[in-house]
Amino acid sequence: MTDFSLQIHSLQKSFGRRLVFNGITFKLNKAGVMGISGPNGSGKSTLIKILAGINSPTKGQVIHSSDGKEIISEKLHNYIGFVSPYLVLYDEFSAWENLTYFSSIRKISFDKVKVENLLDQFLLLNRKDDLVKAYSSGMKQRLKFIFALMHSPLFIFLDEPTSNLDDEGKLTVYNLIQSESKKAIVVVASNEKSDLIHCDEVLDLNNYKN
Amino acid sequence: MKSYALFQKDFHSELRTRYAINSLAMFIIVAISVILFSIGNENISPGLTGGLFWVIIFFSAMSGLSRAFVSEEERGTSLTLQLIASPATVFTGKLLFNLILVFLMNIVITLLYSMLFAEFIIQNYLLFFLTFVFGNIGIAISSTLIAAIIAKAGSKGTLYPVLSFPILLPLILTSVKLTSFAIDGVPISEAFFELAIVLCYDIIMISASYMLFDFIWKD
Amino acid sequence: MIWKIFLFLLLCFVSIAGIAFPIVQSPTKWYEFPFILGLEQNAKIIFFHVPTSWLTVIAFLMSTIFSIQYLRKKNLDDDAKSYAAAQLGIIFCILATVTGSVWSKFAWGSFWSWDPRQTSIFALLLIYGAWFALRSAIESEDKRATLSAVYSIIAFLTVPFFIFIMPRIMTGLHPGSADDTNAGPIIDFKMNFSMQLIFFLSMIGFTILYFWMWNLGYKSIILKEKINRQLTRG
Repeated sequence: MTDFSLQIHSLQKSFGRRLVFNGITFKLNKAGVMGISGPNGSGKSTLIKILAGINSPTKGQVIHSSDGKEIISEKLHNYIGFVSPYLVLYDEFSAWENLTYFSSIRKISFDKVKVENLLDQFLLLNRKDDLVKAYSSGMKQRLKFIFALMHSPLFIFLDEPTSNLDDEGKLTVYNLIQSESKKAIVVVASNEKSDLIHCDEVLDLNNYKN
Repeated sequence: MKSYALFQKDFHSELRTRYAINSLAMFIIVAISVILFSIGNENISPGLTGGLFWVIIFFSAMSGLSRAFVSEEERGTSLTLQLIASPATVFTGKLLFNLILVFLMNIVITLLYSMLFAEFIIQNYLLFFLTFVFGNIGIAISSTLIAAIIAKAGSKGTLYPVLSFPILLPLILTSVKLTSFAIDGVPISEAFFELAIVLCYDIIMISASYMLFDFIWKD
Repeated sequence: MIWKIFLFLLLCFVSIAGIAFPIVQSPTKWYEFPFILGLEQNAKIIFFHVPTSWLTVIAFLMSTIFSIQYLRKKNLDDDAKSYAAAQLGIIFCILATVTGSVWSKFAWGSFWSWDPRQTSIFALLLIYGAWFALRSAIESEDKRATLSAVYSIIAFLTVPFFIFIMPRIMTGLHPGSADDTNAGPIIDFKMNFSMQLIFFLSMIGFTILYFWMWNLGYKSIILKEKINRQLTRG
């Protein structure tokens, strides 16, 4: 069991001169689930992108650590899984090709067995060689989960994870959050109460508006 | 390695969609035809053919090299790339793709050009070869960097040559001079200064690219 | 207030002196300028052409420096300073190009002859134009500031080529080019004292004018943005 943590100090984000949120500080140092809630436009996606290292904060720091050492931003992407409605995969390739390329670009060995298990779990195994162009939006969302999990990341960030999914898909996601939260730090940003119920604690962005 | 894998992905994608090759090949043919028709039966000096050569190269580069970044940005896959590669890897992968594209494109241009323009006769082959290699590397580096910038802006198509021209101007001016030297048969020993300029340009631009790309790529 | 009056008087004096003082073969009176070989009667434009060229480069340098500051601190005030400098820079660049080509017509016969210095000022004009075009194509304030900062820096890297290298490899008409045996009127001090005085006063006057306009420019940009934000917040 590796020792890992996610620390946030006095995080502030402004777009131009417009303040989105200010003064967020917390520390997560064991596996679990944290939720981020707030109305539309409150900055949930912005915050979760900053936590994932995709955007930079205006002030403050985000520190990811593994085995007690800080993970530098150039290497961070291999420790992170990210799912969101606005994530797009390459539709001229099949699901399998997408995933093999992602592994080789990450320079992480492609765990064939694990990927096949994930595809099976998300009911995509028999469609793995079809081009993503032909997928429905629900199938694309499920493929994004596989993309996020195939390299066994320590930090998993889910932005509106149940969008485009039917009830069966939602159940798979909730089971997934439960099982992953035993070995990784999972952060869920969502409007839906059913998504946030599973969280150990929830951060409400309304409290950080000044 | 990682950037090579990214290049492979782009290459594979290109083979599937065949976007760049088709439009670029047509552009080269159209550009050369336009110049041929404009010149008509007039005799042009060998020096002038050297200059026109680089004009065609510049506009063909403007037509084809922005795709590396613009296609990722327009489809929304920039985020995907950010999740699988560091900025340096992304830039190296895209640069590799553009380098191959520039060399392929310019070899075609050189062949067509020498066939169609009788006055374009090189006397010093080695000098032309060196100019070709270093000049193309410079074009690829600058074009890739500017492509990354315009991918994040609007009106990408028209903005690309507008931004690239001032940056490529030193390279083009020197390359035109070197090409006219090659046509006139000037020995390499006398062209050292200009060759050094092109080499310095390449080195300066590639260092600047790696340092500045992080700012362009990350929001 | 008193500085503005002083500046106004200085620039008036420089403009009148620059145009009105006569050029004679052997200056005897304090207000007469010497006859310089190669420049002759059209020497007077030196009081306007050189300061504007000098200032357009200074403006570009300042724009780039504030761009670098923005990249380091992410403070949009630095972006406003950079923008104000570039606005003045392009104005001075156009002035330098125009005064240069007027001078060129009288001294060398044609308005434009692709002399290396002329090509350099033209390249600078293209850089400024491209910079403004880039800025107008980006909606988000942060992205606009970051990308135009990066472009400034890249463009700045090409400037040494135009200033130092190109004049050496290309023959040109400007004083101080590869094939000009005169070292140029400034370096050679062919100007007599009163001419040097007017020249340096002109440089100082224009430079103070530039800094004053820049100061006003960036402050008004910052104020305008503040007012816009108040208005949209309602």
